[in-house]
Amino acid sequence: MANMNMIQSLNNALDIMLERDDDVIVYGEDVGYFGGVFRTTDGLQAKHGAHRVFDSPLSEGGILATAFGMGINGLRPVVEIQFADYIFPAYDQIVNELAKIRHRSGGEYWSPVTVRTPAGGGIRGGHHHSQSPESQFTHTPGLKVVYCSTPYNAKGLLISAVECNDPVIFFEPKRCYRGPFYGDPHNVLTWEGHPEAEVPESHYTVPLGEARLVMEGGECTVIAWGAMVHVSEQAIRDSGVSCDLIDLQTLVPWDRDTVVNSIEKTGRCVIVHEAPKTSGFGAEMAASVQERCFYHLESPIQRVTGWDAPFPHTTEWDYMPGPTRIAAAIRKTQEG
Amino acid sequence: MARKKKEGSGLNIPDAPFRPGEEAIFETWSWKPGDLERPDPTKCTAEDTVPHAQGLVRVLGDNDKASGAWNPKLNADELREGLEHMVRLRIFDDRMMKMQRTGKLSFYMRSFGEECVAIAQTMALETQDWIFPSYRQPGAQFVRGRDMVSMICHCLGNVEDNIKGRQMPVHYSYRDGRFISISSPVGTQFSQAVGVAMASQYKKLDEVTITWIGDGASAEGDYHYALNFASIFKAPVILNVVNNQWAISTHANFATASGEFATRGLPYGLASIRVDGNDFLALYAVTKWARERAASGSGATHIEVLTYRAGAHSSSDDPSRYRSSDEHTKWPGGDPIERLRDHLIEIGEWSAKRQSGLEDRIDSEVMSAYKEAVKYGDLANGPYPEADTIFTEVYEEMPWHLKEQFDEVMEG
Repeated sequence: MANMNMIQSLNNALDIMLERDDDVIVYGEDVGYFGGVFRTTDGLQAKHGAHRVFDSPLSEGGILATAFGMGINGLRPVVEIQFADYIFPAYDQIVNELAKIRHRSGGEYWSPVTVRTPAGGGIRGGHHHSQSPESQFTHTPGLKVVYCSTPYNAKGLLISAVECNDPVIFFEPKRCYRGPFYGDPHNVLTWEGHPEAEVPESHYTVPLGEARLVMEGGECTVIAWGAMVHVSEQAIRDSGVSCDLIDLQTLVPWDRDTVVNSIEKTGRCVIVHEAPKTSGFGAEMAASVQERCFYHLESPIQRVTGWDAPFPHTTEWDYMPGPTRIAAAIRKTQEG
Repeated sequence: MARKKKEGSGLNIPDAPFRPGEEAIFETWSWKPGDLERPDPTKCTAEDTVPHAQGLVRVLGDNDKASGAWNPKLNADELREGLEHMVRLRIFDDRMMKMQRTGKLSFYMRSFGEECVAIAQTMALETQDWIFPSYRQPGAQFVRGRDMVSMICHCLGNVEDNIKGRQMPVHYSYRDGRFISISSPVGTQFSQAVGVAMASQYKKLDEVTITWIGDGASAEGDYHYALNFASIFKAPVILNVVNNQWAISTHANFATASGEFATRGLPYGLASIRVDGNDFLALYAVTKWARERAASGSGATHIEVLTYRAGAHSSSDDPSRYRSSDEHTKWPGGDPIERLRDHLIEIGEWSAKRQSGLEDRIDSEVMSAYKEAVKYGDLANGPYPEADTIFTEVYEEMPWHLKEQFDEVMEG
């Protein structure tokens, strides 16, 4: 065990997979010599060689297209899109190509690409360094969609993603890279001493499709992913309501049993995400919860999300869900 | 200021050279066989290929004779094999198009006038090389030995379709022949092929990847990603722009204002060659050259395959609405099948009688393959692949949410 922040645990996961499997190849913008703008691939080129870990041209479409081709021809590429906001030039390659190749070829071809990408707000990144576009990928059959939240699950989920023979879009909450974020921007924390930052140095997996029960309680179920897991934890404490807090971890396929069992117990549900409300993955969760748990529900499902407006720069704390809004939603589920 | 009511505006909108009702008059090609040297593919630089990018590699002259440094000197059996594959593709296409008209298949795309492209080029490759086609290169499968019944079953979308009715006709996938699944979005394969080639390079295998893009799709970003990545990483890939003049109704003038495609590879640092795409021998030779270059570690070659889309874009298209009806008969490159046939006759290795015998034999071959394939169903009458094929192979293993929907359909 070692105390690692999320950058270190992700780096460690890549290091292990590069060591274990010669077919693993890591590339992206600034990923090689420099080790990534967030330092996630720091030292990997020096250790594994420039033929395994290298810089790519500034060309997200080209990165995904070549990764697709390498995957077809037996490699297991792990590519980085420097910010999730910049994934869209590669959207066609992901949605029409990567996601469909196994199916469209009758299983003759597949391409096990992992796309790592820092997402979410809280770093004063404005419109284009803050977005959380998970629902633009959860709507595409053929992709698995993962959103890590802690150093421990980041490493275990990334290893699972790399070992998975399906393409995985792997979101990393950049605000949580160096410490958990409980919703107070002035309280900059580190992962030091946090139980979820105690990370085994060897290979382990957190299976795709399994959620994590962060807190247990009986009066409400809060479902969140990414940085919002920690903000929700704070909100639950502030609300004084006894809640289950579910960190979904994998959005596609999401963990039906954990969610359904919890809501059948609590009868109340709040869903929290950073992305805009309309057509966000919270809408999918709310619809699924009412389909499966309608007769257990005691109050309307609440969604606390980013607003249906572009992500702002100086006013980001008014945009992102904070403990106050989430706590209010939790209390609202207790009315009536 | 109020906009002036007059014709046009300041916008410069290009046009096609000839429109319906107009006579097509193409400039005669000044390039003759023998005009261009054949540089050493393992040593030459992109700069050394400037004459080849600006010129036109030809081997078959107007006199049906083969000459010049690019003459691949194929023997008569190899030439006849090429001819046979091209004739097979044309007859196959004609039969499929007829069947499309009767509703037996939903859609079809012929390679009419471009039969030479995939066939000559695939024949110039090694069997371990990867083929990453667009929808106008199905002929490569004949070269790689694919069973025609299996191809027709795909087009019919029946129970024996190896891709289980999931894609439109002509979107073949043929793993045994290293022929990679065709996708509808134009151009995506071009940059993907560079990745396939990079993987071969990573594994230090003697494998080259060949891919094609149309003149129209060369306006997509994927084209530029491909050239750039291929150049930067020296990928063993052969990048062909099939300039067949038309992208559905969009003339090549809307893909580039320069009128040139081959030369666009030069500023990327890629060896670049323009070749007469209806000249079997020239196309074979240039591809062989590019393969040798790629395999030697000298990197990619960018090839403009100059040809003409003699047929409609697809069964859903009517070119008489947007282009001159006599264009393809006036094309300076002529017809690829006729040219190779005439060359074989010229060298005393073929005859009109043998040609008609070949056509009759292939006609029967296609008819009997069709009759066999249609036993497994067609679009008009079924049977179709089972509905469970909607859900399988979306993922390696079916996740629970898909399984629920699968069960809903199966319990229907």
